Amino acid sequence: MDLLTFARGPALQAAFTIFLIGTFWRLLGVLLLRRKLDHSEPRQPALAGAFKGQIAHLWPYQPFASRVMASYLLGYAFHIGLVVVIFFYLPHILFIQDLFGVSWPALPHAVVNAVGGITLMALVALLVKRLMNPVTRLISNFDDYFTWFVTVTPLVTGMLAVAQVGARYETLLALHLLSVALLLIWFPFGKLMHAFFFVAARATTGMIFERRGTHS
Amino acid sequence: MTEETLGECLSRHGISRRSFLKFCTVTASLMALPPGAAAQMAEALARQRRPSVIWLSFQECTGCTESLTRSYAPSLESLIFDFISLDYHHTLSAAAGHQVEAALDKAIADNHGNYLVIVDGSIPLGAKGAYSTVAGVSNVESLKRVAEGAAAVIAVGTCAAYGGLPMAQPNPTGAVGVSELVKDKPVVNVPGCPPIPEVMTGVLAHFLTFGSLPELDVHGRPLAFFGDSIHNRCYRRPFYDQGKFAKRFDDAGARAGWCLYELGCKGPTTYNACATVKWNQGLTFPIQSGHGCIGCSEPNFWDKGSFYKPLSTAESIAGGGMIAATTVGVALGAGAAWISRKRQDDIVGGK
Ligand code: HEM
Ligand code: SF4
Repeated sequence: MDLLTFARGPALQAAFTIFLIGTFWRLLGVLLLRRKLDHSEPRQPALAGAFKGQIAHLWPYQPFASRVMASYLLGYAFHIGLVVVIFFYLPHILFIQDLFGVSWPALPHAVVNAVGGITLMALVALLVKRLMNPVTRLISNFDDYFTWFVTVTPLVTGMLAVAQVGARYETLLALHLLSVALLLIWFPFGKLMHAFFFVAARATTGMIFERRGTHS
Repeated sequence: MTEETLGECLSRHGISRRSFLKFCTVTASLMALPPGAAAQMAEALARQRRPSVIWLSFQECTGCTESLTRSYAPSLESLIFDFISLDYHHTLSAAAGHQVEAALDKAIADNHGNYLVIVDGSIPLGAKGAYSTVAGVSNVESLKRVAEGAAAVIAVGTCAAYGGLPMAQPNPTGAVGVSELVKDKPVVNVPGCPPIPEVMTGVLAHFLTFGSLPELDVHGRPLAFFGDSIHNRCYRRPFYDQGKFAKRFDDAGARAGWCLYELGCKGPTTYNACATVKWNQGLTFPIQSGHGCIGCSEPNFWDKGSFYKPLSTAESIAGGGMIAATTVGVALGAGAAWISRKRQDDIVGGK
């Protein structure tokens, strides 16, 4: 079996299996935990806070805006970029269609490539920021760096494959798929889980503040 | 007896020196040889006396021989092909039975160390090679015997090069390609199902001109012909880049000549000269005729998923496994939460 067949077949199969087991394990393991009882009298019904919480954190809180705005903008740039690249590149859409039977129109390759470049630059800028600031550097751990690495490698290998630089196309494509496999395997066990947890986290804080009658 | 040279043979067939030079120029440029190589090739080829070639046909469909001998005639390619002294060829030989086997023994003895061996078809190793025998000798045995005195071996077609169709899962005959068995002689793979005639003559011309085999890629194929993918040389490539894809073989996109990626084209991962040399004297090639590339010059092409599924879905993820994985994940998560709740209960006594 050649590397590409291995990457496409057994490697992705194993990666998706681990991804699903790990993701559902962690999601249910956390969401089904018993929550601490709040004995205080609610000022108002808490539920609305679950929705307000989702909105409130979309943009920097005014007093901190000047300090965190750059991180927010870079964060938006690469998150939107990843969505575009992962979900609007034709081979990816065909891959998803093969799995789930749904599809949608693709963007031209030139657009995807340009967005890929912007995404990569934003991710690099965020890493540099993290390393330059003594505080963020101090509190960064293996998870932070490794999560960055597994996010960046599919992007880099995908673009290398399309540009056909560094090795034969099949080899680069195989590395691309292996890097995607690595991303999927790491996903449930590292910070990438925020992709699922952020909704619950914002809902929870939103509800706590709403119940107390404060701003979330 | 002095045998005639290739130059003499060609002029006897009424081929002018001019068209012979043209052939050499085209072949040299197809192979991206340095300037001056065409003249060198013309001179060397014209002086050549019949090289001895032993052609072994194993588990094959004769498509390779058809491709090479009947592609279009009479052409220079086919004449050069006629010119090489096929001392032994199962399909083309006029003689039969013991006479041919005697010719084989003679060719091996007379030209020991100098003859070329061309192989088409895979070699079955199962059942001690009994799946394919010629004159009572298994293919493995003949290959080993004939290759021993060869200058080089050319594996023609995907079966000889990589096992091809006979090797497709579950490979009932235990078929393998030539290079699995011949380790101590230079082996050139000219894969394709069938291979392009010009590629074949190009390799022969190179051998006759320079006395050596051309430079090879990772899969043992001459780089000159297999150096670039079909996709990189495809005239439909602009449509690929613009995102214009035929969705069905009969839709407007297909009629407009759009890219066939969504219809399963394997051009991006297939290396061959179809998009440049083309077929039937440069007339057309599969993609130009409206069908995606099936990747026939790649190892294991038959087992790389459907010809009609897009490349990025070639190996599918098994749905049953995914459902099982989800179930296991849910069970683990629920179990973990339950244990945690139970511990809390144990500690605070349910309060
Ligand atoms: C700029 C970034 C990227 C580019 C240019 C890119 C490019 C590609 C290409 C060319 C293919 C395969 C097409 C073929 O088989 O011929 C592919 C397949 C795939 N890519 Fe990407 N990719 C990028 C980023 C990503 C990212 C970030 C992910 C995942 C998070 C990803 C996941 C996949 C998957 C799942 C496949 C299909 C697997 C298969 O071929 O069987 N890609 N990508
Ligand atoms: S038809 Fe095939 S080889 Fe040609 S551009 Fe499309 S995918 Fe590439």
